[in-house]
Amino acid sequence: MEYFLKLLLSGTTKGSIYALIALGYTMVYGVIQLINFAHGEIYMIGGFTALIFGGFLYSMGLPAPVVLLISVILAIVYAASFGFTIERIAYRPLRNKPRLSALISAIGISIVLQNFVLLAQTEKYLAYPSYLPDLPFLQPVKQYINATQFIILIVTALIMVFLTMLIKYTRIGKAMRATAQDKDMAQLVGVNINQVISITFIIGSSLAAIGGVLICSYMGQINYYIGFIAGIKAFVAAVLGGIGSIPGAVLGSFVLGWTESFGTGYLSSDYEDAFALLILILILTVKPEGLLGKNQKQKV
Amino acid sequence: MKQNGILKDIAQALLQGLWFVFLLFPLLVMKVSVVGGVASVTFRWNNIPLVFVAAVGGSLLWRWALRWNEQKGARDPENSLGVRIQNGVSAFLKQNRLARVVLPLFFIGALLAYPLISGMYHTNVMISALIYVMLALGLNIVVGLGGLLNLGYAAFFAVGAYTYGLLWKHTGPWLAQVGIDPSWLFWISLPLAGFVALLFGVLLSLPVLRLRGDYLAIITLAFGEIFRMVLQNSGDITGGATGISLIPRPWFFGIQLTPHMAAIYIYYITLSLVVFTIFVVRRIENSRVGRALEAMREDEIACEAMGIDLVKNKLITFALGAFWAGVAGVLLAAQTTYINPDSFTLWESIMVLMAVVIGGTGSIPGVIAGTLVLKLLPEYFRALAQYRMLLYGVAMIIVILFKSDGLIPRRRTEYRLEQEGSTSPEGHL
Repeated sequence: MEYFLKLLLSGTTKGSIYALIALGYTMVYGVIQLINFAHGEIYMIGGFTALIFGGFLYSMGLPAPVVLLISVILAIVYAASFGFTIERIAYRPLRNKPRLSALISAIGISIVLQNFVLLAQTEKYLAYPSYLPDLPFLQPVKQYINATQFIILIVTALIMVFLTMLIKYTRIGKAMRATAQDKDMAQLVGVNINQVISITFIIGSSLAAIGGVLICSYMGQINYYIGFIAGIKAFVAAVLGGIGSIPGAVLGSFVLGWTESFGTGYLSSDYEDAFALLILILILTVKPEGLLGKNQKQKV
Repeated sequence: MKQNGILKDIAQALLQGLWFVFLLFPLLVMKVSVVGGVASVTFRWNNIPLVFVAAVGGSLLWRWALRWNEQKGARDPENSLGVRIQNGVSAFLKQNRLARVVLPLFFIGALLAYPLISGMYHTNVMISALIYVMLALGLNIVVGLGGLLNLGYAAFFAVGAYTYGLLWKHTGPWLAQVGIDPSWLFWISLPLAGFVALLFGVLLSLPVLRLRGDYLAIITLAFGEIFRMVLQNSGDITGGATGISLIPRPWFFGIQLTPHMAAIYIYYITLSLVVFTIFVVRRIENSRVGRALEAMREDEIACEAMGIDLVKNKLITFALGAFWAGVAGVLLAAQTTYINPDSFTLWESIMVLMAVVIGGTGSIPGVIAGTLVLKLLPEYFRALAQYRMLLYGVAMIIVILFKSDGLIPRRRTEYRLEQEGSTSPEGHL
């Protein structure tokens, strides 16, 4: 029973980690139907930026909470700037081209960013110092959940609520939904779709940056390559829940996290990454629209 | 007016230069190192002017290129540089009979003499480039003709290599005991691996028949990675992460060849297989099946309405693509005499895809040129080796943005109606 509970909690943490990245994926896909392959790289860059600024500020002698706050804000700013720039350079000119072109361009961006960080920083794994506070009230349950896990869970929940509100009740949310449904029509009724798409990328990338900082603090290490497998898993989670749907992405992430956790716990730990991919294949063959997704008809 | 435009361009470029200085500041100027759990940062200020100058220059070029791209529609496609060169060459060949005979002969002679003139190292480099040409031609059937993006192509390559490797591993010692030369297995594996890969291709395509576009790309990626993980984790059969070593080189009348002679021998085998591949792929392109595949790429729904069986088509596409990857895999195993799962990662699939995209999707000369450029350039520009992947990525983006049909675009077969004495315009079918 204790083993089960442990697996359940580690699965839940994993799930909320995937959710942080999957939300950005699903938003971008929902609005422009593009698999943003570079999303994982944005998350990696967010983690790196926070590490760099955190290290700099900490060596200036600032206290840990201030270091955390400033480095997270800077990570968000930089990840958002990267997302914005990438969309302008590599995706916007291809918007009216076949969808495969944009996908290939996204793979190209992903390769460029990975190798840029590899060359500009390092190819080695770096230990990731955590500036997250220790929460004393978790003392009694500390064999199940630690402070970092707790913070990850809370942040994911808050972000999901924030996003749902944003999409449902704000002007920009309405514009996003309009753009997602029909770009031409949205433009006709006065939606500036370029702006909407830019904002979508900025929000998605900011979420990835928050995810990057939290996940690297949890894992305790960072490397130029971490974005790739995280991106794939987040994509699996988004597809699992129905890509384009925000609650779907979160649900899919938790299902994926639990499967991985129980799979490695009870079956075999050699195939940890394979579970995600197997689920992906299963879902796409049985129910391509995902758990909460809507079935889209193909039109000529 | 015009001068004003240029000034505006420069002002914008300067602004974008500043933006890139801001954007790349933390990653390019600050360098982090972590010792004992404490991160420290060193500054590399001399990178700032570099970034600024590069970004301003890049921005100006980019602007110019985008404008050039927009006007592409207005230009006569028959008038572009590539087409003009192609036309010029064919006109020259038409007029000059001697050149028509001598040039191809010279070309063939150069290809045949290459391993004899150059050393063993260069021969081996050329062999691996030719193996990639085969892979790329196979992937070109899937991506270029069928329009199905396959990101798990390296798995079929692995199937081929492992067919030979496993066949040797499990029957080789026994054959040697009986007194049969196990290097015979190469010639058995060559067709066998093709068909095993073909089988895998059919098996893979069964679940993905309903999917299209980006979903297909992701599911093939998943298949490729799972296949690699299985190879890596089933150690007692496949040798696990250490792989299979000491695979014999191909049989040559029972003579024990020196490594250099063996390389030359494999070069000729590979070259003839590449020629065979080109021949077959060309025949497929102009066949009924090839036309059906192209129709499927252009529009699946319209294609179905014309009575083309999409399911059968997709099966054929995957099976044909996989076949060549399997054959190429046997060549790889024979050339390197050592295989392990690390040779068949996702990046391998992406490399082949890059070759196809940069060279020209669907165009056989383009794909060959793309592969040779991608595989040979890094060998001869060792100084740039660490920037290799970065440059490939940039090249891929630039090609897809500005020249989405690749360096040597595909030329479609055109049929012109020629009616004597009529003034009706030329019909393009």
